Amino acid sequence: MKPLVLWSDALIYLLVISLSIFFYKLRQDPQTRERWGQVFASRLGMVTFTVIIAYVGIALLDSLHFRRALDATEGVESGEIFYDNKVTSVLDVMLGGMGERFERTYSAPFALKSFEKKNMKDEQGLAIRDYPPLKHAGQYLADPADKWFDVLVKTTAALLWGLVISALVVGVQWFMLRGSANPWYASWGIQAVIICFGVWLVSISHYYHVLGTDLGGTDVAYQSIKGVRTGVLLGTLSTLIMLPIAVTLGVMAGYFKGWVDDVVQYLYTTLSSIPGILLIAASVLLFQVYIDLNPDFFSIGMEKADARFIALCFILGVTSWSTLCRLIRAETLKISQLGYVQAAHAFGVSHTRILARHILPNVVHIILITFVLDFSALVLAEAVLSYIGVGIDPSMGSWRNMINGARSELSREPAVWWTLSGAFFFMFVLVLAANLFSDLVRDAFDPRTSMRSSGT
Amino acid sequence: MLAYIIRRLLYAIPILIGVNLLTFTLFFVVNSPDDMAASQLGEKYVTPEAIAAWKTKNGYNKPLFVNADAEGLSALTDTIFFTKSLRLFAFDFGRSESGRDITTDVSTRMWPSLAVALPTFMVGIWVNICVALLVVMFHATRLDRWAVFLFVSLMSISYLFYIIGGQYLLAKTWRLVPISGFNADNQPWKFLILPVLVGVVAGIGSGARWYRTLFLEEANQDYVRTARAKGVSEISILFRHILPNALIPILTGVVVLIPSLFMGSLLIESFFGIPGLGSYMLDAIKSQDFAIVRSMVFIGSILYIFGLILTDISYTWADPRVRLT
Repeated sequence: MKPLVLWSDALIYLLVISLSIFFYKLRQDPQTRERWGQVFASRLGMVTFTVIIAYVGIALLDSLHFRRALDATEGVESGEIFYDNKVTSVLDVMLGGMGERFERTYSAPFALKSFEKKNMKDEQGLAIRDYPPLKHAGQYLADPADKWFDVLVKTTAALLWGLVISALVVGVQWFMLRGSANPWYASWGIQAVIICFGVWLVSISHYYHVLGTDLGGTDVAYQSIKGVRTGVLLGTLSTLIMLPIAVTLGVMAGYFKGWVDDVVQYLYTTLSSIPGILLIAASVLLFQVYIDLNPDFFSIGMEKADARFIALCFILGVTSWSTLCRLIRAETLKISQLGYVQAAHAFGVSHTRILARHILPNVVHIILITFVLDFSALVLAEAVLSYIGVGIDPSMGSWRNMINGARSELSREPAVWWTLSGAFFFMFVLVLAANLFSDLVRDAFDPRTSMRSSGT
Repeated sequence: MLAYIIRRLLYAIPILIGVNLLTFTLFFVVNSPDDMAASQLGEKYVTPEAIAAWKTKNGYNKPLFVNADAEGLSALTDTIFFTKSLRLFAFDFGRSESGRDITTDVSTRMWPSLAVALPTFMVGIWVNICVALLVVMFHATRLDRWAVFLFVSLMSISYLFYIIGGQYLLAKTWRLVPISGFNADNQPWKFLILPVLVGVVAGIGSGARWYRTLFLEEANQDYVRTARAKGVSEISILFRHILPNALIPILTGVVVLIPSLFMGSLLIESFFGIPGLGSYMLDAIKSQDFAIVRSMVFIGSILYIFGLILTDISYTWADPRVRLT
């Protein structure tokens, strides 16, 4: 086994660590604490936050990659160990080989037989045309009619296990947080649901394909879960890349004014007047050419896909900084007129110090709100972008690739609906949670709405 | 006001030059004139002579930005950038790399785009405002909260699902309309119903939610309370007091989009096979036809800047206090 750190893995862990430090520091500020407290004092805030954390957790587990050592070829003695070209993640291990039970082609959810007929030989050796049985779905059943009873038994067992595990997880939290005024019970409820669902999915996937299989015979539920990493990473990394540009330029334009302001305004007006999709497409093509010209740069296919993915994040970030930059510029303009900044000037405090001590801390809330707001938009944008051919590499699991694969299959009779539903469910839950959470954050930080709620 | 508009139009020139410079650099870093010639002539068996001939024929045999051989002003004018990009300012789009006249293409493809985009836009705004007003009437009740939740849910569904769902239900299962395609001569409305419907439904979530916030902002103002105190009916408050006062933020978000309607929607057009400018652009990106992309970016930027100016003008119409100087 050889650990493998992809660029995106390193970046996402870096991001999570820096965000944690950032939030820890932010706790010292009483006003910020009060506002975040407002978010977490609502049940909805707790629930959506738990869901988002669960997604981030899956993405993080899926970001710990390694390459399995191949078994030594018999008869060949060599000291060297060869590694599999396929990259496995910790999540794959936790899912219990869900992605390794391939079928031949499409099969419906919980089906025992394939979706398409195939020429086979029966016991007497006669050629018949029938639906072949699946390799990994309920083949131990003596009578196919017992299938649903078997599913029921297995589900009950899995749910019992799930309840036991969630009781342990929730119990520890209850012990630590029982004095807290926040509605933690809402979070615990969702945690129990997620854990039960996870345990059920993993255990029953050993016997059936819960969401069926796709054209290539891969388990759809597995693919949907693998899509989580792509979605979460795209939403966070793009914003991460955009932040430095937007904050630096915005603060500088608002603080120094004059020609700096003119230049920055010119830059973002120019950028925002180009139709966004064209800009993105051109940049992605540019990178694609670079990859094609330097094939030696990446040792395995996954690294190439990863580089392309990071480039996409980078491009989305670079092309979308203008809105945030505009907001920060306006806020900095306002702040730099305030008394304490004027006083600092009068005392001869240096520009860098004023920027670091007085300006930056006061625009942090804008950055945070944008971060949360942009997240869901970016997840949705990925699905659209990939459609025009500038998206994720097909070898990297993503919901868009599933949607695209499923689109033409709806015209079949009967329709193949399950590949679509898997992507839909996982994407919808993530975006919905992010949207609801961002609403709460905005309400808490928006001076107009918070004044209204405190006034009444 | 005229002076203001002229000044704004003059401001647009440096922006448009910047736009051109950017697209030009992006596309020429991606593929040099040699690559372009090779891909236009067919990838295989291309001789250097054929490439050189193609470059001469299409005017790509000049240096990119600065022509060192020429003297005086023509050092800057006798370059690819000047001849290809700056010519756009005279609305001279030239020919695409495959030899078609871009101006004709754009003017024929504009109408299908508009035929989809304009109804979607108008019906969308109308539906969104109606739904939002309805929700505002039930403000601070359980219905309001569930409506907001519904809006956010609708927002959280990817556009692709709306398109696929619409095609599956209306076109395939119920067979009410054709799945895709466009026929300008024979009952074009039949092909337009589905794209417009999908566009409107997909926009309800974010649209109605946004209008609701705008209306609520106004509904909390003192003049609404006064109107209610003196016995004005709720309907009249909504339509005579809240709606006119919410016009300025509505215009800010909406007017800027009107000129861009000509550009059509990339997704809708390619999914429904409508021969508009959106799919034109998509094909150009896919075949790396720089001449088309360059022209479309230029048109897009002009329409955007035009939309911004239009927004400012619409303020004077909505609010007599606004004066443009």
